[in-house]
This record gives sequence, structure tokens and C-alpha cells, in this order.
Amino acid sequence: MIFGQKKLEKELAPTGTTDVVLESIKLNKSFYEPDEFHVLKDVSFQVKRSEFVSIVGKSGCGKSTLLYLISTLDTAYTGEIHINNRKVTGLTQNQLARFRNEHIGFVFQFHFLLPEFTALQNVMIPAEKLGKYSKSEIEDRAYEKLKWLGMDEFAGKLSSKLSGGQQQRVAIARALINDPTIIMGDEPTGNLDSTNTNIVFDMLKDLSESKGQTIISVTHDEDFAQKSDRVIEMKDGEIIKQ
Amino acid sequence: MKLPVNYEIAKTHLLAKKRTTFTAMLGVTFGIGMYVLMISFMSGFNEFLEDSLLSATPDISIYNDIKTDYSHSILDEISDTGKVWNMVHHPKPKDITPNVHNSQKIIEDLKRDPRIRAVSPLLSTQVFYNNGPVQINGTLQGVNILDESKLSGLGDKMKTGKIENLLTVDNGILLGHSLATKLNVQMGDLVTLATPNGTSMRFRVVGTFQFGLGSLDLVRSYVSLSNVQQLLGKDNQYVTNINMKLNDNTQATAVAKEFAARYGYKADDWQNANASAMVSITIRNVMTFVVSFTLLVVAGFGIYNIMSMTIQNKLKDIAILKAQGFSGSDVRTIFLAESVTIGMMGAITGLALGFLMSYGVLNLPFPKNDNISITHYPVTFHWYHYMFGVVFGMLTTFIAGLMPSVRASKIDPVAILRG
Ligand SMILES: Nc1ncnc2c1ncn2[C@@H]1O[C@H](COP(=O)(O)OP(=O)(O)OP(=O)(O)O)[C@@H](O)[C@H]1O
Ligand SMILES: [Mg+2]
Repeated sequence: MIFGQKKLEKELAPTGTTDVVLESIKLNKSFYEPDEFHVLKDVSFQVKRSEFVSIVGKSGCGKSTLLYLISTLDTAYTGEIHINNRKVTGLTQNQLARFRNEHIGFVFQFHFLLPEFTALQNVMIPAEKLGKYSKSEIEDRAYEKLKWLGMDEFAGKLSSKLSGGQQQRVAIARALINDPTIIMGDEPTGNLDSTNTNIVFDMLKDLSESKGQTIISVTHDEDFAQKSDRVIEMKDGEIIKQ
Repeated sequence: MKLPVNYEIAKTHLLAKKRTTFTAMLGVTFGIGMYVLMISFMSGFNEFLEDSLLSATPDISIYNDIKTDYSHSILDEISDTGKVWNMVHHPKPKDITPNVHNSQKIIEDLKRDPRIRAVSPLLSTQVFYNNGPVQINGTLQGVNILDESKLSGLGDKMKTGKIENLLTVDNGILLGHSLATKLNVQMGDLVTLATPNGTSMRFRVVGTFQFGLGSLDLVRSYVSLSNVQQLLGKDNQYVTNINMKLNDNTQATAVAKEFAARYGYKADDWQNANASAMVSITIRNVMTFVVSFTLLVVAGFGIYNIMSMTIQNKLKDIAILKAQGFSGSDVRTIFLAESVTIGMMGAITGLALGFLMSYGVLNLPFPKNDNISITHYPVTFHWYHYMFGVVFGMLTTFIAGLMPSVRASKIDPVAILRG
């Protein structure tokens, strides 16, 4: 088994701190509406560069909440988060926006695209915001990503006119456009049939192996979780296995 | 054209919802259009009035302001006022002549003043115009017609005849146009003028003039200075007013005060003389501004509503943009750009609409009126009115758009992405 071998190699690799791309230290989060509810309890874990991690757990155990925290979108928590050896806890909203743009690609639980824009434009927008490439380069890159996901023939179509699975793939292409350090997905294959789920999985796998990008993905799909490098299991706001 | 991504997004939003964009724009268009119409029309009317009043009233008039003041008696001079009360019953004022005594000297003096463009002496008196059974009360003005014309531009206001006729024809008279109509006299006809003192004289009509204001054209007439002196039985130095035109009429009030002190007569400036008209002009200006302001603010509320609605419908999009690295100020820029674009388009189309409507009003016939002789509605076309409309229109839409945009920039993406 090729996957098994890879896993073994990674486990044998030295665990130097520079290799840690995401570290969370004692994350705690509570909701106060309608009643006080302690969602995340002392959640600490590390993810290494080019690792493919799955987060699993029962519905309502706090997976999405955790993902919003480590993606820097939600800042109302205690504890610390370090990404790329940089402490992101305590950065201003503007700094975080810039940081997300460059380092984090996010695929939401519900495929969210901007409905007035075409598939291609949706993919291009984060890159235009980053401003690292010229517009024509961005267009080429966006087209390439769409092609990679088998969506090139729909590039010019308004995103609101695409099917759920098609939108999901456009959303994945969008998450990849800036070559982020970490790609986070909240059930990225939730809307896809098994064929497409496999395609997406293989692609994510390829990204982590050949490009060294880190994948952190919430999933309910046993098979998907088992095939990834590592599984973090949560229960009632705590990590019970990692 | 390559726009920064924020503006690209704003543009796509506007174009995706053309109907909403258009409706929001129409609100501004209408507000600015009506503002332009209002201000052009009102200022046109004000300017017309000011013009007519100005030409009919000298910038400054020096005259002898007669007071019948009974509070002092010659008895006060000879008795001790501390202890004695002097009572005078039925006092009869001395018969004083209401003229400017050293007029010749004052005129010489004024002619050397560099602030003054023209000086004209005037002998004014109440008269009855008689033509058969018709008897009309009015004012007769004895003038050196060429000097007077320099002040009032009377030469340009003639409806029939020429002002020079006064110099060539014996006992010639220039009548106000409405007055002539009422007396039913024409060029060459004779009218009899009677003074309150009982003297009378016959004059030949050699021209009619029209200032455009009923209050003048119905009562005023001009004859030569010497004719009035003769009618009143006075010498050739006798004048009641010394009128003048300044190079800069805005200084009239200050200059009038100075002359009053220097010559010891009353000196009235044009603003003072037309105080009631000036008040109505001011009131019209204030009203115009209040109405215009309201129109523009209402347009602003329209934008505010539509932007608030748009943002409510775009919460998800805002959350997505933020999740992908757009900051709060990027989001604000996007929505502010949308409302400013709407404001700008609305302002420009509003100016066009306002111009067309003003132009339409300009061509409307003015209802026939004895008091004001204009055939069409007066309308002005001043660039600064249009400028103000654009600036104020943009400002209201900016402020109206700013509030929802700032709210949008503060939206917490997690609350929305959670679904
Ligand atoms: N805004 C909120 N206010 C109060 N409680 C919340 C809020 N959002 C989530 N919760 C609660 O927090 C818990 C964790 O929610 P979360 O969305 O992280 O679950 P999840 O593990 O992602 O579930 P699923 O697999 O169904 O997506 C749930 O019990 C949920 O009811
Ligand atoms: Mg979830």
C-alpha cells in the first residue's frame, strides 16, 4: 500500500518545531446565547507541514467551531493559535484578513459562492485581492485550477446556475488559488457522489504530497477519514484521539 | 478597463441588479432635477425684481428729510427748563421748503468722488394727471434727462419715443407706459398736471417708458428740471434730491452713511429704500434653500434604504469575502463605491433633467399681469447652481451610503457562515 508507506515515512521524520505548521494551545470557547455553553474544552493539537488531517466526530461536537477558530475567522476564544510559526492570536482584524488571504484556503460546509459572478471570477477574486499576479496570470491560474477539477467547461457560467456538486468544486478551486499554506475544509465532499469524492480526495492528497500544502478537513465520511494521514476524533468539545 | 478588485465587485453588483440601481438613481435624479428647477426659477425671479428695482431706484439719494418735531420750543431757550414746563397748544409747524439747499455745491463735490459713476439732481413732486374726466395721482420727476438716463438706464426702457425728445420739445413729458394707457394718451397728446398747491401746466407726451414694475409705470413721469421749477414757482437752484450711481453698488449703505454725515441731509441707499422687496427676496431665497435641501435629503434617504436592503441581501457574500481575506474597509469601500456611483449618475442625469425643465419653464408664457410686465417666466442658468447640486447630491449619497456600508464592514462572518 503506497499510502501506508507514506504514512510510515512521515511518522519517522524528525518532529522539529519548524515542521509544525499549525499549533493550537488550550483552546476554549463558549457560547452565551441562549444559555452558556462550553463548546470547546482545552483543545490542543499540532499539525505538521504537508500533513493530511481529518477531523471526525458526532454532529454538534464542535468540529466547525474549531475550524472557524483555527482559520482565524472567529477570534472570540481563549488559548493560542500559531500558524506558520506566527502567533495569530491577538492580531487585528485587518492583519488577520491579510493573513487569511495569503495563507488559508477555506472550503465551507455549505458551498458559498458569489452568485453574480461566473465560476472563473469566483476563483479569481481572492487572487486579485492578494495582488501577487497580473490579471491575465490570475485568469490562467484560475482556469488551470478549474480544469484540474473538471470544471473548465463551466468557467464562464454564473455560479448561481451551477449544480451543488459543481459549486463545491468551484469552491475548492477558489480555496487553492493563492497556493495557501493550509487548506481547511468543512465537509468538502459533503455534496459529492462517491466518484467525485474520490477525485477530490486524490487531488487534496496530491497537493499535500507534491506541493507540501497542509490539509485539515472535517468529514463524516469514514472512508475519506481512513485514507488520510491522521484522524483527530472529537467528542463533546474535546479531542479524544489524535 | 482594469479596476481594483473592490470596484470590480461593486460594478458587478450594480450591473446584476439593474432595476434596483436604476430606481435608486431615479430618486437622486428627481431630487437634483427639482432642485435645479427651483433654484433657477427662484433666482431668475429674484434677479428680475432686483434688476427692475435697481434701475428704478438710485444707489444713493440725498434729500431733505423734513421732521415736524414739537418736543422743543423756542421758550426752552429763555426759561429755566429745570423748574418750568413750557406748554404749547396747537403748534403750527413753520412752512419749510423740502429742498436740498446747497445742491450746486454738493453736486460739484460728488462729481469729484472716484466712487461715484454718475450724479443727477432731481426735483420730485406729487401731481394729478388730468385728461378729461380721468384724474390720476402720481409723482412727477424733474430731471436733466441725460444725467438721469445714466442712473436708471431710462433710454433703454423707452417703449415709444426717445428721451432726447425732452430736450427738443417745449413742455415735453415722458409717461409711464401703464399711466399713458390709463390716461388714454399717445405720443403728441396733451396732459394737464396739477400740483397740490393748485398750480397746473399742460405737457405734450413725447415718449413712454416701462420699468416693468406696476408701482412705477402707473405713477411716474419725467419732465425737464426747469419745467417743474416753473410749475412749483421755484428758482433754478431748487431740487429735492441728489441721486447718484456708484461704481460698486454693494457699498451703498456705507457710502450713504458717510454722505449723510458730511452734508447734513438724509442719504438713503437702494437696499434701504427697497427694504420690503429685499425682505421678500430673502424669504424666497430661504424657501428655495429649504425646499432644495429637503429634496436632496429625501433622495439621500432613498439611497440609504436601498443600500440597507442590498446589504441585508448580501450578508452571505460579505461573509464569504471576509473569509477570503477582504478586510472590513474593503467591504466598506465596495458598498460605498456602489452608492457614490448611484449618486454620481443620479446627479448628472438630475442636472440634465433640471436643465431641460428650466428650459421648458423659460418658454412658458407668464400670466398677464398689470404689476409685472414680463412675457415669459424668468429663469437663470448659473453654473454655480449646477455645481452646488452635484456637490450636495454627491455628499448626501455619500453620507447615506456610508452608514449602511460601515455596518456591512462590521458584520461577523462566522455568524453568517454557520448558516
Ligand atoms: N452561534 C451559536 N450559539 C450557540 N450555540 C451554538 C452556536 N453555534 C453552534 N452552537 C452549538 O455549538 C455546538 C457545536 O457546533 P458545531 O457547528 O461546531 O458542530 P459540528 O461539530 O460542526 O456539527 P455538524 O457535524 O453537524 O456540522 C453545537 O451544539 C451547536 O448547537
Ligand atoms: Mg459543522
